[in-house]
Amino acid sequence: MSRKLIIDPVSKIEGHGKVVVMMDDNNQVTDAKLHVVEFRGFEKFIQGHPYWEAPMLLQRICGICFVSHHLCGAKALDDMVGVGYSTGTPMLPTPEKVRRLAHYAQQLQSHVTAYFYCIVPDMLFGMDAAPQQRNVVGLVEADPELVKRVVALRKWGQEGIKSVLGKRMHGINSIPGGVNQNLSQEARDRLVNGEDGLISLDQVIDYAQDGLKVFKDFHDKNRAEVDAFAEVPALNMCLVDEKGNVDYYHGKMRIIDKDKNIIEELDYHDYLDYFSEATEEWSYMKFPFLKAHGREAGSVRVGPLARVNVTKSYDDSCPLAKAALEEFHDYTKGKANDMTLHTNWARAIEILHSAEQMKVLLNDPDLQKEDLILTPVDNAWTGEGVGVVEAPRGTLLHHYRANKEGNITFANLVVATTQNNTVMNRTVRSVADSYLGGKEQAEITEGLMNAIEVGIRAYDPCLSCATHAMGQMPLVVKVLGADGKMIDEKYRCAS
Amino acid sequence: MTVKITIDGQEVNARAGDNIVDVAAQNGVYIPTLCYTRGKPCLGTCRTCSVKVNGSVMAACTIPVREGMEIDVNGDEITDMRKALVELLFAEGNHNCPSCEKSGRCELQATGYEVKMMVSRFPYRFTPHPVDHASRSIWLERDRCIFCQRCVDFVRDKETNQKIFSINGRGTYARIEIDVELANKMPADQVREAAELCPVGCIIDKTQGYDVPIGKRKFEVKSIRERALGGGHR
Ligand code: SF4
Ligand code: SF4
Ligand SMILES: [Fe+2]
Repeated sequence: MSRKLIIDPVSKIEGHGKVVVMMDDNNQVTDAKLHVVEFRGFEKFIQGHPYWEAPMLLQRICGICFVSHHLCGAKALDDMVGVGYSTGTPMLPTPEKVRRLAHYAQQLQSHVTAYFYCIVPDMLFGMDAAPQQRNVVGLVEADPELVKRVVALRKWGQEGIKSVLGKRMHGINSIPGGVNQNLSQEARDRLVNGEDGLISLDQVIDYAQDGLKVFKDFHDKNRAEVDAFAEVPALNMCLVDEKGNVDYYHGKMRIIDKDKNIIEELDYHDYLDYFSEATEEWSYMKFPFLKAHGREAGSVRVGPLARVNVTKSYDDSCPLAKAALEEFHDYTKGKANDMTLHTNWARAIEILHSAEQMKVLLNDPDLQKEDLILTPVDNAWTGEGVGVVEAPRGTLLHHYRANKEGNITFANLVVATTQNNTVMNRTVRSVADSYLGGKEQAEITEGLMNAIEVGIRAYDPCLSCATHAMGQMPLVVKVLGADGKMIDEKYRCAS
Repeated sequence: MTVKITIDGQEVNARAGDNIVDVAAQNGVYIPTLCYTRGKPCLGTCRTCSVKVNGSVMAACTIPVREGMEIDVNGDEITDMRKALVELLFAEGNHNCPSCEKSGRCELQATGYEVKMMVSRFPYRFTPHPVDHASRSIWLERDRCIFCQRCVDFVRDKETNQKIFSINGRGTYARIEIDVELANKMPADQVREAAELCPVGCIIDKTQGYDVPIGKRKFEVKSIRERALGGGHR
């Protein structure tokens, strides 16, 4: 008799997911499917609105990576009005650097939140610990000093965002062709020197290394488990600069294989020529893949793990992150790393990388210069634009078209979580396999639920935005027989 | 000629013929307005300035003061009535402040804050209002029009004095129209002025958007109340 296990979050919030595990008569896992409800309404909603509202409205998709959405939209608008990368126009230095600063600040803030609030508790207390302990509340009890530093780091990141966008969340800075303000000297000094209740840049660099220490410690003690947990193949993709290293704001899309061969490299304006999206009746979320390589072989991983796999080295101006990256690369001896839990290692490296990149920018006088906007010449309007950035969770794409009056007629967004859809499914399947494969009694244990949660969380998918505060995904697990009758059922609530 | 009136029980002197909004402001009492602009003829369309005059509800911008008038501005009932009027304006249009270019400079939004509106008590109507973006430098975002008629009366073709904006249809079918030909003749500074004049984000200058950073926008620097009480042109 074949069975189906259904793991379904009970939460009613947007962006929830559910897991179904299929088993055959020989107690083998035949498939595992992660369902993510994706809210696509924004793409419709923006149609008919003035083009310039797109980055303002669409950033509301997310309460965490809104700067990425804002910038992605802004880059698309630069194209549209005729001063963007598609027209071969280089950005002015000040607006580009201001945009970058906000983006790095957000990455710092987002990674710190995901890593310390959700992932570290799993590492510190172990996957089998009670859910009540495996969250940030448990962390406060176990290591109050660490939590204090984490909170301070987050706050500093938010201050960085606010200094540029005017608000901690969903502010506005980028406008077609540039930005509406630079980083004031005053704001710059506050971020560098700190003030009452705000740490200094030196402290930021110090605290930003905590994540790596926690990971290393955890890894040293649990090497076998960590490395064996859901090692799943995928191509790796991110935006790269001319040297072939990650650029979170702009670059070419590079895709590498296990041996780090470049198998595709493209100008993201041509993404439609390279990517196709598969749909499945069981999932609302699409499955993008590289046309030339097919649905299975051509699906990519994006996000921290993909970026550190693609990148050869960080710039010398980021020495601490650079050293950390070298160590990471050494671990897999030059091959791409497919170990899902190493995503958290990569995330810890990127926390440090964001901090060091911000340090470089905060010491750059260009940020206080006044040349903020490129005004398009007459008839420069192209009516179409594509923007891509490396959001904390991976490559994010916005593509818009507008008519000659300036109304948006088309919008397509490809978010990182969608890019990761296939590899997330592989992860869930791998986890299910190791817990259930070959067992007579396919029992849904606490351990299985935890492991699935940990596997999904490594990608920090947008569905986890909603559960960040809880530090735990609410789950309900059901086992159904082939006849549709329930065999077993297990609930886990959010609190 | 000077007359004596009372505002919320306080006796004040005023110049006969001045309207209640101005007199109240001179005496430090703020009455929200959305169609009225000091120094311009009164339109009396929005009713946001409703007060009680000798017990009857009237639009303060339309009423010249007269000897002995008793005016209730901040009584509970009339205060809530004004709030309801603002809520109705939100319920009638489709307002999405976070992405609206006018945000931070919008009189409706600022007034919403002043009357302490959190959400409309009336059901939102979600009426579709087709936009009109045909003119060269003006977005006409009909979703946000409150039919104050400022543009209708005060924005005119420089040469012919013809109206550029008009209201077409009645009641729920009313909509603001723009004469694209005349609009395309508007010089840049007149476009800017029209966009400024519109209390909401219905008339938007296509050439300049989101240029003022959050925190430095008009009503963030100085509230609509302070501006109203400060005298002079708002
Ligand atoms: S017009 Fe004013 S109230 Fe309406 S959406 Fe724009 S800012 Fe908000
Ligand atoms: S377009 Fe603006 S100024 Fe004209 S009536 Fe509507 S709200 Fe008033
Ligand atoms: Fe997100």
